[in-house]
Amino acid sequence: MSAVSSELTIDDGTPKGSAIDRLDARAAKARRGLGSVGASSIAIVLAILWTIPTFGLLITSIRPQADIQTSGWWTWFSSPSFTSENYHEVLTGSTTNFSTFFVNSFVITIPSVLIPITLALLAAYAFAWIPFKGREILFVAVFALQVVPLQIALIPLLTQYVRWGLNGTFWTVWLSHTIFALPLAIFLLHNFMKDVPRSLVEAARVDGAGHVRIFFTVMLPLLVPAIASFAIFQFLWVWNDLLVALTFAGGSKNVAPLTVRLAELAGTRDDQWHLLSAGAFVAMVVPVIVFLALQRYFVRGLLAGSVKG
Amino acid sequence: MTSVRRRRVFAAAATGAALALVLTACGGNDDPEPGATGDGDGGDADCAAYEQYGDLSGKTVTVYTSIVSPEDQPHIDSYKPFEECTGATISYEGSKEFEAQLLVRLEAGSAPDIAYIPQPGLLQTIVQDYPDTIVPASEGTSANVDEFFSPSWKTYGSVDGTFYAAPLGANVKSFVWYSPKQFEANGYDIPETWDDLIALSDKIVADHGADGAKPWCAGIGSGDATGWPATDWLEDMVLRTAGGDVYDKWITNDVKFNDPQIATALEKVGEILRNPDYVNGGLGDVSSIAATTFQDGGLPILAEDGKDPLCYMHRQASFYAANWPAGTNVAEDGDVFAFYFPGLDAGTRPVLGGGEFVAAFSDRPEVAAFQAFLASPEWANAKAVSTPNGGWVSANSGLDPKNLVSPIDQLSATILGDTTQEFRFDASDLMPAAVGAGSFWTQMTAWIAEGKSDADVLDAIQASWP
Repeated sequence: MSAVSSELTIDDGTPKGSAIDRLDARAAKARRGLGSVGASSIAIVLAILWTIPTFGLLITSIRPQADIQTSGWWTWFSSPSFTSENYHEVLTGSTTNFSTFFVNSFVITIPSVLIPITLALLAAYAFAWIPFKGREILFVAVFALQVVPLQIALIPLLTQYVRWGLNGTFWTVWLSHTIFALPLAIFLLHNFMKDVPRSLVEAARVDGAGHVRIFFTVMLPLLVPAIASFAIFQFLWVWNDLLVALTFAGGSKNVAPLTVRLAELAGTRDDQWHLLSAGAFVAMVVPVIVFLALQRYFVRGLLAGSVKG
Repeated sequence: MTSVRRRRVFAAAATGAALALVLTACGGNDDPEPGATGDGDGGDADCAAYEQYGDLSGKTVTVYTSIVSPEDQPHIDSYKPFEECTGATISYEGSKEFEAQLLVRLEAGSAPDIAYIPQPGLLQTIVQDYPDTIVPASEGTSANVDEFFSPSWKTYGSVDGTFYAAPLGANVKSFVWYSPKQFEANGYDIPETWDDLIALSDKIVADHGADGAKPWCAGIGSGDATGWPATDWLEDMVLRTAGGDVYDKWITNDVKFNDPQIATALEKVGEILRNPDYVNGGLGDVSSIAATTFQDGGLPILAEDGKDPLCYMHRQASFYAANWPAGTNVAEDGDVFAFYFPGLDAGTRPVLGGGEFVAAFSDRPEVAAFQAFLASPEWANAKAVSTPNGGWVSANSGLDPKNLVSPIDQLSATILGDTTQEFRFDASDLMPAAVGAGSFWTQMTAWIAEGKSDADVLDAIQASWP
């Protein structure tokens, strides 16, 4: 039914017992290595260290403004105080306009995820299964593009958008995110497609299927985990992006996403910490939901793609 | 099983594609101009003063600034009379990354119509690097500035003799914050001269030093810009010990940083800021000044109920008023107020200050009109009225101090309007960025945090002058 289960049952002719024994031995060794007290404690310490800033932000977001300005969040434990005023002001305050920017974030993020996936699927199929002249060189070129930092493209791209009259519309952000995402997307999806057994594709071809049919009936169902993992990856990246949105969408209320608004929440003189901390948690809700809902694809899809390539 | 799954994937892909198309359509129709909403007659507002701008119905002017919430709303509100009377629409956009983003936009060719430039140094950079984007101030703007501002303000908005940017808001930096209640309770008088100030500091040490209180508190922490409050101290002192002429030459480096006149000023600053008997009330020792953010630097002046405060004086600009906690009475007879940072004698009263400037990047008539409006007394008074919590003044002489609500703003306006007081713009904002937004900050921080000697600090700043 799925690629993963069929792979495990492949019978390659070697004596079954010894292969499984070897796998078991390696698994046991890995379990011992990862399960040791030392490794666990390092993992726990890392997890705590990484969580402390977010935790501090959470505590800050529920403290009254006066407390935030006069003492650190850790003093909350000795003198707890609670207020929902910060969240109330962020969500319903007349000047924060969070709902507008929330909608903008969705309008920016969804196409910025769908467009690169659609294009990358087509490109990856061509790279994996359609032989054409210069395919290898072209693929290496696409792969190499991942090395180029997107920052160097910001000003030339903006100049071009202004010339085309796209400035101030969502198109600038969609196109930019698509451009920046494509090299990695093509590379990842290509590796998945390459993994599909040749025999399967050839069988389909013998049955009379063309490229379009193979793409939709053979590839797509097998690629769901890969697509999902890349979609989460791209969703989190676009949702949390500030640089691209700030450069191309600016701070205009019509097109700016939540992150741009969030960056301004601290106020001109950085004295509005109560709003910034509460706003950060509101903005965090969506990525957390997306991640938790699709988490099982995330690790599986990314690992399979990158290691096997 | 397989066919069901296949159909489901098809459906998902089709839905996705449809969604993309719908969203695309929405985005394509998204018109950045909200259309002509102005009705031109402006209802009951008095539009006589706006007739000179003509009918601008359907025109939009974009404004890009570094002022974000909550200070942006008064600005947006202050444009209303202009919008109602002329029919133009003002599209306001504030960003904390303004200084970097403005240059990116100029480079890419998507300049805003109007930008509020927070320091003259940036204006110079723009004129030098992007001479084709910026346009000289319109005639109406120039006329307003000539009529309502002192000539020095016009020079700060000019580069190489061409007048580009009209002054907008202003602030007074030569202020010492104190608690009128505590001064009254202890029988302290507001010092009129530098010697009085030192005498008062000694008196506070004698009266309250045993309780752990210090006469002064300060904080110079400000993220990437840590050190700027200390540069203001030195600038204020150079104005007092060396005078305005030396100050002007100091900005252009005709008087070097390691010149004895500057060294004298730094030594005077050190009499307070590096005197362990005087600082850092309620916050720690001398080095704690560098670790304290400027927002928190003056807060120990406020005493807890029934206790004596740990600090009595804090030198900071008029805009520090925004940092007092909600409910603090900022008034001459209230919890906190500010007095003029005294000169060496009662006769010399120089003023250090800062402000923003309005530059235009388009010569369309509506942009020229709006730039002129921002330099007019109509705007200054509209802004004063739309700023109910105070914290804003302008050097526009047409500004009626009665429209300002907070006493500290009124005091600032009085000082800015007093032509007998010599006004000078914040020097670090006028120096090249390598110094004014670089070594000057870092070396003053080292001067406080590491106890680096006066001579070493001044030599190091001078060496970094480009």
